[in-house]
Amino acid sequence: MEDEEEKGMTKLRFLATALAGALFAAPAFAADLKIGLAEDPDMLDPAQSRTFVGRIVYTAMCDKLVDVSPGLEIVPQLATEWAWSGEGKVLTMKLRSGVKFHDGTDMDAAAVVATIERNMKMPESRRKSELSSVESVAATGPLEVAFKLKQPDATLLAQLSDRAGMIVSPKAAAALGANFSSHPVCAGPFKFVERIQQDRIVLEKFADYWNKDQIHFDKVTYLPIVDSTVRLANLRAGDLDLIERMVPTDVATVKGDAKLAQAQVVNLGFLSIYVNVGHGPRADNPMGKDKRVRQAFSLAIDREALNQIVYEGTAPAGNQPFAPTSPWYDKSIPVPARDVTKAKALLKAAGYDRVPVEMLISNQPIVGQMMQAVQAMVAEAGFDVTLKTTEFATLLNEETAGNFQTARTDWSGRVDPDGNIHQFVTCKAALNEVHYCNPKVDELLNAARASVDTKVRKEKYDAAAKILDDDMPYIYLGHQSWLWAFDKKLTGFVPSPDGMIRLTGLAKSK
Amino acid sequence: MYVFIARRLLLAIPTLLIISLFVFSLQKLLPGDPVLVMAGEERDPALLELLREKYHLNDPIPMQYAAWIGNAVQGDLGISLRTNQPVVDLIAEKLPVTLQLALMSMSFALLIGIPLGVLAAVKKNTFLDYLTSVLALSGLSVPNFWLGIMLILLVSVKLGWLPASGYQPFFVDPLLSLKTMLMPSFVLGNALAASMMRHTRSAMIGVLSSDYVRTARAKGLSERAVILSHGFRNAVLPIVTLSALLFGELLAGAVLTEQIFTIPGFGKLIVDAVFTRDYAVVQGVVLCTAIGFIGMNLLADVLYVVLNPRMRASM
Repeated sequence: MEDEEEKGMTKLRFLATALAGALFAAPAFAADLKIGLAEDPDMLDPAQSRTFVGRIVYTAMCDKLVDVSPGLEIVPQLATEWAWSGEGKVLTMKLRSGVKFHDGTDMDAAAVVATIERNMKMPESRRKSELSSVESVAATGPLEVAFKLKQPDATLLAQLSDRAGMIVSPKAAAALGANFSSHPVCAGPFKFVERIQQDRIVLEKFADYWNKDQIHFDKVTYLPIVDSTVRLANLRAGDLDLIERMVPTDVATVKGDAKLAQAQVVNLGFLSIYVNVGHGPRADNPMGKDKRVRQAFSLAIDREALNQIVYEGTAPAGNQPFAPTSPWYDKSIPVPARDVTKAKALLKAAGYDRVPVEMLISNQPIVGQMMQAVQAMVAEAGFDVTLKTTEFATLLNEETAGNFQTARTDWSGRVDPDGNIHQFVTCKAALNEVHYCNPKVDELLNAARASVDTKVRKEKYDAAAKILDDDMPYIYLGHQSWLWAFDKKLTGFVPSPDGMIRLTGLAKSK
Repeated sequence: MYVFIARRLLLAIPTLLIISLFVFSLQKLLPGDPVLVMAGEERDPALLELLREKYHLNDPIPMQYAAWIGNAVQGDLGISLRTNQPVVDLIAEKLPVTLQLALMSMSFALLIGIPLGVLAAVKKNTFLDYLTSVLALSGLSVPNFWLGIMLILLVSVKLGWLPASGYQPFFVDPLLSLKTMLMPSFVLGNALAASMMRHTRSAMIGVLSSDYVRTARAKGLSERAVILSHGFRNAVLPIVTLSALLFGELLAGAVLTEQIFTIPGFGKLIVDAVFTRDYAVVQGVVLCTAIGFIGMNLLADVLYVVLNPRMRASM
C-alpha cells in the first residue's frame, strides 16, 4: 500500500517536473538579441550625438514624438495626433497618456517642452539647425504641446521623427547636463544598462514601456565590429543575431548559408561627385567653370555598370538627390544612358580636347573600385582623372576649406526631401561645399520648405531638379541600399529606408 | 642594484618628455579638423567655435602642450573629444584587456619559440632543424590580418569551437575570457615565436660549441643535463633581452590584432582616436605605451643582472 502511494507520488512528482519543464520551455522567443554594428556610436545623448550608427541604438532606447513608416509616412509614437494651424506656423501635438521614462517619471507636455528647449538652447546641442524654424514651444495642456514657428516649415515633423524629437527625462537631463550620455534616460522600449567603449552597449527591457506587448526580448546588446568580414563571421558562427551594413560582395555568401536570411532596401541618401564651382581659386578649372564640361563628364559614366560591377546590383543608378524609386524623383529627367559621342561633342563645344580632373576620394575600398571604373569610363570621352585618396577626416577638411576640384562624397539621407537637397544647393547652405549659387533654385527650395501641400512641394522640387540637372554642381551617381543579414530564426524584421533597426514586433523563435 | 634602478628611472624622464613632445607635434601636423569630425553633419559656426574653446583648440600650440603636460603630471590626461570620457578612465578600462592579450601572446611565443629553438640547435642541420626553420619562416611571413581572418572562418564559422571575436573580462567569466583570447593571442604570439625560435637556436648553437660544454660532456654528464643546465642556462640571457624588446613589437602587433578580433583594447582605442582626431586619447595612450616599453626594458636589465653572476659582481 505504502509502495503504491510512493509510486503514485513519484508519478505525480514526475508529472509536476515535466509540467514545469514544459512551462519554462513554452515561451517561443529567446530573451537575448545581439546586433553587430558597423561602427562604435559617439555620445549617447540625442541632443549631442551626430553619428548614423548612434541612431540605431536610439531606436531601442529613445522614443520620439513621431516615427516614420517603411513607406516614409509620419506615424504616431509619443504623440498620438497633430494638426497645423495659423497658416502653417503652429503645430499642435497631443501626447500619449501613461508613458513613463526609464527613471519612473512621467512623460508629459512639460517633459517635451524641456527636451525641445534643451535641444534648442544647450550650448553643446547639435540639433539647433534642425529646429531653427521653431520660435517657441509651450505646454497647452498636461498632454498637449504647441510649436510656434518663425516661418512655415514642412520639414519639422520629419525632424521630430529623429533625434530632435527624442524626449528625454527632464530629471536626468537636469542632473547630468552635457554629461547625459553617461547614463541616458528616455522613454523607449529598452533602458540603458552599460556601455564599454568600442566593445558593447547593453540595454534591458523596460517593464513599464507603453507598447511592451510588442517587445519580445529581455536584453539587447549592440556590438560594434568594424571589419565587415569579421562582422559576418560572427553572424555565421552564431555569436550575433543580426548585422547591419553588410557589404554588397557578401550578399552571395549570405544567400549560400541555409541558416541566414537577408533584407535590403534602397536608402534615402545618394552617391555623388562634388564639383567645386565657386569655392575659392580651386574652382578655376574647366570642370568648375563650364557646365558643358560637367555634363560631358556625367554622360561619359555608365551608372548601371557601376551598380552591377561594384555594388553587385544593390545600388541603383541615379541622377538626382532622390532615388528613382522615391515619390520625389522627377521622372521627366530619367537616368541618362552612357553617350560618349555626345560627351565628346559637348567637350568640343566648350573648346576642350582633353580635360585634366583632380578628384579627392575617401580610402574605403569600394569607393576606390567605383572611382577607378569611372576614371576608365570618362577617359574615353576626354577626361584625364587623377584620383587622390585620403582618409575621411582629411577629406572633410579639404572640402570645407574648398581645397578640391572634384570630390567623391556620399550623403546618408533624410526622411524629408528638403534634408537631401536644400542644405547642399542653396546659396548660403551649411553643406554647400561647392559654393553653388542660383537665386532661382533658392526661391524654389525655400517655397517647397514652406508648404505643407505635397503637390505644391513636388512641383517646386521638379523645377529645381531641372535647373540642377543642367547646372550640375553635383554629379549624382546612384543610391546605395541598406543591407542586413540575420539568423533565419529572427521574425518580424522590417527593412526601412532610413536604415534603422526597429525592435517592435521583432522576435526570435527557438 | 637600487642605485642602478634609480638611475635608469631618472633617465626615463627626459625620454618620456621627448616622446610626448614628438607625439604632440606630430598629430598637430595631421590634416583634418577634429571639431569638423565632432560636429558631423551639423555646421553651426557657433557650435564649432564652442567646441574649439571647450577643448582649447584655439590656444597657441606650445600653450596647448604646456597645459597638457602640466595636467598629465598630475594624472589628468584630458577628456576624449569623441565620447566626453576622461582619458584616464578609458586607459584604465582598456589596459587590462591589452595586458591580458600581451601576456597570453607572450606565453604562446615563449612556449612555442624556446623549445623549438633548443630542439633546432641540438638537432642542427637535420630534418628537424629544417622543419622548424620552415615553420618559423612561415610564422614570420604570414600577415596577422590574413591569419586572423582565416582562423575565424575555420575555427569559429566552420567548426564552431571558439567565439569569432569580442572580449570577456577574465574575472567575470574566466573560461569564456580565455576562449575569446585564444585565437588573437595565438595570431599575435605566432610571429613573435618565430623570431624567438631563431634567436634561441643561434644562442644555443653558440653555447653548445663552447669549451665548458665540451668539458661537461667529457665529464660524462647526461646529454639532457648538458643541454639544460649548462647550455640553456647560458643561452637564456640574450633571450631575456629579446623578450623585452619583443614586447614593443607585441604592442604594435596588438593594434592590428585587436582590430581584426574586435578586442576593445589599446590598439582599437588608438586607431579609432587617430581617425576621429581625438588628440587627447592618442596622446594619453602613446604616453602610457611608452611608459610600458621603458618599464619592460628596465625589467629586462634587472633580470639580466639577476641571472648573470658576472654582472652582479661588477655592481
